[in-house]
Amino acid sequence: MNAIINGEPRRLAPGTTVADVVRSLTSAESGVAVALNDEVVPRTAWASTPVSPDDRVDVLTAVQGG
Amino acid sequence: MTSTVAEEARPDTVEDPLVIAGRTFRSRLIMGTGGAPSLQVLSEALRASGTELTTVAMRRVDPNAQGSVWDVLRQNGISPLPNTAGCFTAVDALRTARLGREALETDWVKLEVVADERTLLPDPVETLDAAERLVDDGFTVLAYTNDDPVLARRLEQVGCAAVMPLGAPIGSGMGIRNPHNIELIVEEAGVPVILDAGIGTASDAALAMELGCDAVLLATAVTRAQDPVLMAHAMREAVSAGRRARLAGRIPVRRYAHASSPARDE
Repeated sequence: MNAIINGEPRRLAPGTTVADVVRSLTSAESGVAVALNDEVVPRTAWASTPVSPDDRVDVLTAVQGG
Repeated sequence: MTSTVAEEARPDTVEDPLVIAGRTFRSRLIMGTGGAPSLQVLSEALRASGTELTTVAMRRVDPNAQGSVWDVLRQNGISPLPNTAGCFTAVDALRTARLGREALETDWVKLEVVADERTLLPDPVETLDAAERLVDDGFTVLAYTNDDPVLARRLEQVGCAAVMPLGAPIGSGMGIRNPHNIELIVEEAGVPVILDAGIGTASDAALAMELGCDAVLLATAVTRAQDPVLMAHAMREAVSAGRRARLAGRIPVRRYAHASSPARDE
């Protein structure tokens, strides 16, 4: 299936979870947040939240600013 | 060792704390992190500044990034203040704030909703709308705002924990363009007033405190200085000096001389 990960189209295996997507982008244990179709997914729900076809997943972290 | 009177009265000690939403800070200098040449320099500058609260932005993860500003803050024991930089609408700001809360485990947010890229001036309508929504959602909101006393009052009325009027546009280094408005905001405010944006050098930071601001928030003036660490020291001292001057009560300005020595004996 295809999904949009951080703005880029990506092919994902069926059954891929939000936790899988996060692990593919960063090894950071903290300081990371996820939005699935613009809604925040709490860290505790990452492993149990599947990514569906055409979902938009954004994985964000703190960067220099402000 | 006994401390001197001057040391006991040091404004940057717990005897004159900055209190925002019930949280106490020794330092009245809030730092931003944008523009530093490296994380190493940023880390040294933050330490030199004495800051306890520092803003960060939320952006998509870069898988190739080396180190992170989040690590720098944690290593230095500095609390993060996630901002909503880059947001142009209240809806955008709410989404970004929620991501910052989830990532950094704090319900504090620096609300920043700008109107356009050229000036980065706050959009007053969206800012007020966003402030209301964020307060309703349980955030402790520190709102970046224009130097408009009426808007500052409205932001306080909807529940902001601090109002942060600009001195001049972000990154401009033009200092405080309308000191009179800053004074008006300070006179009326029941929450801390933090001068945010426009600071170019130490005297600007001192002036903000002399005008009665409770704290100063700055980034570019330090991070893009030729020697960021030395400028961070300067800002720390300027904020402290300005605060002391405010507490001490300055002399009135006079048009003509007022002799400081007694008249000569006739």
